Amino acid sequence: MKALQKLIEERVKPNFEEGGKLNRFWVVFDALETFLFTPGHTTAKGVHVRDGIDLKRTMFLVIVAMVPALLFGTWNIGHQYYLSIGEITTSDAWSVMFLDKVIVGAIKVVPLIVVSYATGLGIEFVIAGMNGHAINEGFLVSGMLIPLIMPVDVPLWMVAVATAFAVLIAKEVFGGTGMNILNVALTARAFLFFAYPKQMSGEIWIHDVMASKTGGVLADGYTGATALGHLANTVGQPVQGEVSNGVMAMFADGGMFSLMNCFIGNIPGSVAETSALAALIGAAILIWTGIGSWRIISSFIVGGLVMGVIFNALALNAYMTIGPVHQIVMGGFMFGAVFMATDPVSAAQTNTGKWVYGFLGGLFSIMIRVFNPAYPEGVMMAILFMNVMAPTIDHYVIESNIRRREKRLSASAAVA
Amino acid sequence: MPASVKIRKGLDIRLKGTVQSASHALPAADRFSIHPTDFHGLVPRMAAKAGTEVKAGEVLFTDKKSPDIKFVSAVSGTVQEPVRGEKRRILRVDVVASGTDAVSHPSVDPTAAEGDAVRAAMLERGYWPMLRQRPFDVMPAADSRPRDIFVSGFDSAPLAPTAAMVLEGRLDAFRAGCAYLNSMLPNGRKVQLGVKAGDDFFSSVSEADITSFSGPHPAGNVGVQIHEVAPMNKGEVVWTVGMQDVANIGEGLMGGSYVCKRTVALTGSRSQPALLRTTIGTPMADIVKDRVMMEDTRVISGNVLTGSVRGEDGALGFFDQQVTCIPEGHEPLFFLTKGWLGPGFDKFSASRAFPTWLMPKGKEYDLNTNNNGEERAFVVSGQYDAVFPFDIYPVQLIKSIMVGDIDRMEKLGIYEVAPEDFALCEYVCTSKLAVQDIVRKGLDQMIEEFA
Repeated sequence: MKALQKLIEERVKPNFEEGGKLNRFWVVFDALETFLFTPGHTTAKGVHVRDGIDLKRTMFLVIVAMVPALLFGTWNIGHQYYLSIGEITTSDAWSVMFLDKVIVGAIKVVPLIVVSYATGLGIEFVIAGMNGHAINEGFLVSGMLIPLIMPVDVPLWMVAVATAFAVLIAKEVFGGTGMNILNVALTARAFLFFAYPKQMSGEIWIHDVMASKTGGVLADGYTGATALGHLANTVGQPVQGEVSNGVMAMFADGGMFSLMNCFIGNIPGSVAETSALAALIGAAILIWTGIGSWRIISSFIVGGLVMGVIFNALALNAYMTIGPVHQIVMGGFMFGAVFMATDPVSAAQTNTGKWVYGFLGGLFSIMIRVFNPAYPEGVMMAILFMNVMAPTIDHYVIESNIRRREKRLSASAAVA
Repeated sequence: MPASVKIRKGLDIRLKGTVQSASHALPAADRFSIHPTDFHGLVPRMAAKAGTEVKAGEVLFTDKKSPDIKFVSAVSGTVQEPVRGEKRRILRVDVVASGTDAVSHPSVDPTAAEGDAVRAAMLERGYWPMLRQRPFDVMPAADSRPRDIFVSGFDSAPLAPTAAMVLEGRLDAFRAGCAYLNSMLPNGRKVQLGVKAGDDFFSSVSEADITSFSGPHPAGNVGVQIHEVAPMNKGEVVWTVGMQDVANIGEGLMGGSYVCKRTVALTGSRSQPALLRTTIGTPMADIVKDRVMMEDTRVISGNVLTGSVRGEDGALGFFDQQVTCIPEGHEPLFFLTKGWLGPGFDKFSASRAFPTWLMPKGKEYDLNTNNNGEERAFVVSGQYDAVFPFDIYPVQLIKSIMVGDIDRMEKLGIYEVAPEDFALCEYVCTSKLAVQDIVRKGLDQMIEEFA
């Protein structure tokens, strides 16, 4: 590696340095060079030794934690596709047509990832070049999260527009990585949700349902709607009504959206959000390495369960009668709890604040999805809302610390 | 039984190059040097002209703001032209040693010590600069009246020597020092001494109120001990004194010539560790001579977290009792082998993103000075809190300093802290921020505000 380093140092670097003909691409070169080689910068003042951890490794480990969800999602896209055209049935083993499923999934997922990274990193490079600062690693995670929470059949141009919007409006206008108020990936998702409501509903949750192969006809009993989409239909219907009973049958044992299926995730949904199991594996990695906040993840889940229990007690419609555990393994709840709510920049910063932030986030996620069927994905709305509330939560936590100090002062003044 | 406190937050960085307890005396140096820059904010006014002869214990310079505070020479000899930096700021004052003339002072009776007499003696004889005060982590003014005096009886920093090592045979002097310091406290209060749990070296010291501390670094930081025993409020002043300086004050006020003994631990992977008995003001070159592999080595006066590099011909830091020698790290690191994506068996990390936590507890690391990454904005949260055992929000305090919000700094507890208390925050920082420097700037802003 000495040779490579020497080559870069002597042959490549001068072109990009001040006076070199490629000087205006310095930030790009700098980003790639520091990616390949941690610079030989030494500590200048203060501590003389530094912890091995840096932002690159931190961000990389978050991506590693997303890999189980990504791989499962890739398989599931193919799985849903072959279910929809009737080539397999739900009783087939997961390994039937395994390779075909993965290939179909990859054909859908890889372009999404490429578009997301290309758009986001392109903007980051340009802005970093304009401002003359180093490129931050933050988008490495956002750029992976965005494709993972997209509907499978979303047009690629929409992904590009949403990514550009999120990077510019949610992040760069606030000053870049570390300065944003809202989670960047969720902002991309919310943008699509509100800007293209028509395209973001219906049967885009599975790949190619209108495929010419079937002439637009779905296999028997297969609709391609998500669990939350089905449940939304029960709102406003009598609990034991025909519609409700029909939907609830799918959520009973042996149904398409049984507790087990929702947990495993072999159901329609966004690219990688369906599997609570994969999200939990990611959670284990994040908590184990200390990168994701266990306080936020656990309190988020508890918040969701509490709301589920409350709804069970009310039982005003069929949706409310879904068990609390079933509630939190459906939709994007787990994925949001593990990968979205824990974003350290947009979450609460204080340890006490994290408990409150996570709990309310979980609570609101379930509340929104049940109360307002127009927003089947309550998690997105809840986390974005809590992002906005996080500074306020921290404010009160810190105020109580300040008051404690003031009390101590007046107590000592009273003694003296 | 002394009161005991368990510190839960913190981190012990395990480095190679621990010192063993057998000490030996370093030959008397041919030069005594004092860096006015060791006393933050001090503007020295030279009292002895270059070329004049001084006796040991005679004044070299005084504090311009508080002329009663005198800095004296530890040796007799010839005063040199001060080494100056930008704007003619005095960086170092040297005395080339010759002869053994010394100013001799009468004894101040420790049992009947009067506060004002002790204060006058400390100012006159050159012991005042051994005091430090909080808030602001500076030398106290000559008329400063402290609420308490805190002494940490152990150093928990990486590779630091133990109390038994640095105070060997000096416990009586230490006790006398405590008695003198007690006389300057109001209402019959005593010096607050923090000792390491399980260490009975100080058990005979009845002149101090003892609290025992257990847990990782920074348990031995005096700031942490103040926070646990009697936290500081706005308007209060607390003095802190290093344990060896308590013994110096004790021995010095008992009469005779100026005492500035210093037992120094030479440590770190690039050194042959040794425990050396010398004095304050000894040139670093004398300490490292023949004991350190100098090539590509950083020689630090103090520990790896708070120490300083003394420059060419520099002397041991005034308050330092340790010298640490570690390899420099200016090799670029290929990302897959040694860099950010490498396995990292040789890196010591507080996070579990590296296998440090899988290694046996006794494993010692040979850390170098590589920054291990580039500076970034704050991204990760909760990292500082895990190594910062104060009831203070460190990130919020640092942000208030960054934006220069005096009112907020005060509310968030800046009076209680010194830069050294943030050293571990700086170590663990993913974004590689210069946290101690920021805290120092915040303290300076506060000083200006009150000036």
